Amino acid sequence: MVVASLAFVEFLVIILARDIYLNGLHIYTLGASSPDLTIPENYIVPVRIILEVDSMSIFMAIISATVSLAAAIYSLSFMKGETGQNRFYTLLLLLVAGMFGMVLTGDLFNLFVFLEIASIAGAALTAFRTKFADTAEGGLKYIVISTVAALMVLFAIGIFYAQYNLINIGALAHVMQYTMLDKIALVLLAIAFMMKLASVPLHMWCPDTYSVAPASITIMLVVASYACLYALFRTCFTLYGVSPDMVTVGWIVITLGMLTMFVGVTMAVFQTDIKRLMAYHCISQTGYMLLGIGVGLAVLNRPEALNTYGIAAMDGGIFHIINNALYKGLLFLTAGALFYRTGTRDLNRMGGLAHKMKWTTIFYIIGALSISGIPPFNGFASKLLIYESVYRFNPILAIVAMITSILTLASFTKAFYSAFMGAELPEYQEVKEVPKSMIAGMAILAAGIIFFSLFPGLVVERLAHPATEALINQGAYISGIMGGGG
Amino acid sequence: MMSKIVRTMASFLILFVLIYGLYIIMHGHSTPGGGFQGGAVVASGVALLIVAFGSHSIHRSLLERRLSILISIGLLIFIGLAFGGMAKTFFYNFLVGSPIFGHIPPSGPNPGEMSSGGVIPIMDIGVGLNVAGGLSAILLVMALATTVMEVEE
Repeated sequence: MVVASLAFVEFLVIILARDIYLNGLHIYTLGASSPDLTIPENYIVPVRIILEVDSMSIFMAIISATVSLAAAIYSLSFMKGETGQNRFYTLLLLLVAGMFGMVLTGDLFNLFVFLEIASIAGAALTAFRTKFADTAEGGLKYIVISTVAALMVLFAIGIFYAQYNLINIGALAHVMQYTMLDKIALVLLAIAFMMKLASVPLHMWCPDTYSVAPASITIMLVVASYACLYALFRTCFTLYGVSPDMVTVGWIVITLGMLTMFVGVTMAVFQTDIKRLMAYHCISQTGYMLLGIGVGLAVLNRPEALNTYGIAAMDGGIFHIINNALYKGLLFLTAGALFYRTGTRDLNRMGGLAHKMKWTTIFYIIGALSISGIPPFNGFASKLLIYESVYRFNPILAIVAMITSILTLASFTKAFYSAFMGAELPEYQEVKEVPKSMIAGMAILAAGIIFFSLFPGLVVERLAHPATEALINQGAYISGIMGGGG
Repeated sequence: MMSKIVRTMASFLILFVLIYGLYIIMHGHSTPGGGFQGGAVVASGVALLIVAFGSHSIHRSLLERRLSILISIGLLIFIGLAFGGMAKTFFYNFLVGSPIFGHIPPSGPNPGEMSSGGVIPIMDIGVGLNVAGGLSAILLVMALATTVMEVEE
């Protein structure tokens, strides 16, 4: 039933995506007498709860829908034998609702509410398998980080509300004055979202949480952190938009992106716990997205630079989000499959599993080649976009990004060798391939990767590029709300 | 289990606590408060009973399973009403203006038109049921868990 409802959601999202690609921004006002009545009679500002969906939002929604569908199918076998199944799926749907709410809402306070929903559901799911000793620690770290981040968001919303009496993103962007208080609010929002997406100075919670959560939940948490990435972009581009400070903000985002990328991968190289290794890679990949978007932010004031390489960098960064959600999800699921059969996450105690788990091995190879940016795969397409455009912005940044990519390949080769290659170990004689539903969950993501690898141009043109346009085009978002019927 | 004085007072006070909670739920649309606040007051009544009589004796009559039925009913009322307005928009207040559920009163002072919220009071009841059930269940489970730990020590 959960799977059916998520498949239905996926279907709806794809229809909506097609409609948005053809017709542009959509507005839905909850509780109004007509869906596009954003500003009620006798009011001059929007007061209702408004969903505002543009290409960027629907792009994130597609990611959320696909990954949660794969996660739900995977969970059918993976969580079998756990107690409290109905609670598990309830929380899973709540997490999905939180992610969708975050990416589709047009209202800052709603964003905060859905952030809290996703955080609480995520923390509960992380600590769900109470039979393992370390899950409670991971859950606690997640909830502490999320609560601190959510409080900072709430404080920033308070600042906006005190100044403008508004909490709607479009309406706020319309009247934004760039006062000192607004800058403080920007800093608060940026730190909060960076914290949630495990950018480097604030990344310490990420390996602990991701490694102990059930594999299907880990990939949901990854997507939930990309919902925060979306919120960061929405704040920087739509809420603040073109202002003189954006060069500084852009450089801060670039610097954090570089640090995230490099520190993440260097920490990952010597990990022996397979899910910790992947969690550090997850941090490292986030750095690429921050780099691409940061370059876009830094040149937002210079139209000629924006057109020559800024937009390409942002396309790359945004394309990388969906690529990473797919292949990182696939890798986490294969790690979960290994754990499901061997009962350990320690790479030193695995070996020779390719003999027994053929599908898992194939999926792992697809994921690992893709994340390392090996040419035919989609990771290469988005990384190439980032390298080329960033090189024109600043060559050093592109070189560091390439070194990161090489280190990524190195560590995944190591993991592949120790887990799958070599002779069959005597203690894993009994190991079989994982159940069908887990293979199906992995196959959905692998099919996504292969599709994106075959048609990168199509995906960039239809999904990533409209999302970039939507981010840059602040005016359209504002007039969707303030134009009285978009 | 506390002393007899506490138990007698608790069984007397619980009536007022529950009535106050229900009052806040029912008047959520026109006075401060609402479903969540009223539900929390009702749950605090359950907390009073747990403190006075001990969690095990409360657990005998107030089962977690029944509380979860309460939660589900509350949620179904809420989402059902939200879908009820689907003809116009999700969450559209489709009952306002009808004779039983009231209409929007004119601005300014009025002699006290209590039913003016349309679907809002019914949604408050749904939220109230949900919060009262949920918080009571949480309190009860936590109280039960702590007593188990005391026994082990």
